[in-house]
Amino acid sequence: MAIKKKTKLKAIIPTASMPDIIFMLLIFFMMTTTMRQVEGLKVLLPQAKKIEKVETKRHISYIYVGRDGVISIDDKLVKIGDVSKVMYSKRVADPQLIVSLRADRNVQMGVISSIHNELREADALRVNYSAITANY
Amino acid sequence: MLVKKRYRISGEIPSSSMADIAFLLLIFFLLVSTIDPDKGIGFVLPGKGGEFKVNPKNITNVLVNAAGQVLMNDKEIPPHEIHREAARLLAENPLMIFSVQTAENTKYQDYITVIDQLKLANATRISIADSE
Repeated sequence: MAIKKKTKLKAIIPTASMPDIIFMLLIFFMMTTTMRQVEGLKVLLPQAKKIEKVETKRHISYIYVGRDGVISIDDKLVKIGDVSKVMYSKRVADPQLIVSLRADRNVQMGVISSIHNELREADALRVNYSAITANY
Repeated sequence: MLVKKRYRISGEIPSSSMADIAFLLLIFFLLVSTIDPDKGIGFVLPGKGGEFKVNPKNITNVLVNAAGQVLMNDKEIPPHEIHREAARLLAENPLMIFSVQTAENTKYQDYITVIDQLKLANATRISIADSE
């Protein structure tokens, strides 16, 4: 008894359009992701000429100082007396810490001096004064 | 005379690997690009309790008042001329320390301008005195 063999079903997924699909997925996720939106305070950075780039982004921690002297670290408002405590814990976590001071150009130096002292207290001595390129 | 016809070269660019190429390029640029690198003036604060006496000859006092006027060794200097004066002092004495002193209500921008000008003159030894 000869039974005719059934036609074999080919079980192949077409892979030719695989890159296209990956591509589209990538584009989709790129479009839908948003960068972290709120960070720090709105500051008008001071202008300077001799500006250097900070090599790493990994070891940077930001301190924002608004024009009325408000201090913000990691999106939290911090009182001036607490800066050393916060920065000390960061400093312990990362010995290579660089503090990027993003202060408004109209801040009074009294605030900045206090921050300097707090940073010295916390032994976080590497500071970067964030600035934009001057065009005078 | 029988000349054999050459086989025709098709003038098409192979487009099957186009997607792969685009993909690779995309990945490459994604990896290479950095978002908005931080720019600013690097500065190292003096350590705690690191106050010590230095030879007064090696110190230049730079005072900045609330109006942004700069006094350098008891001589008023326009803020954008500081780098020249500083370069001159450094040429005289390479060990020169610039001690920047600000008032309580000096603007941050004026302070940054002074630090910037000193950096322009390649001054490495900059100290900040407590504002009074």
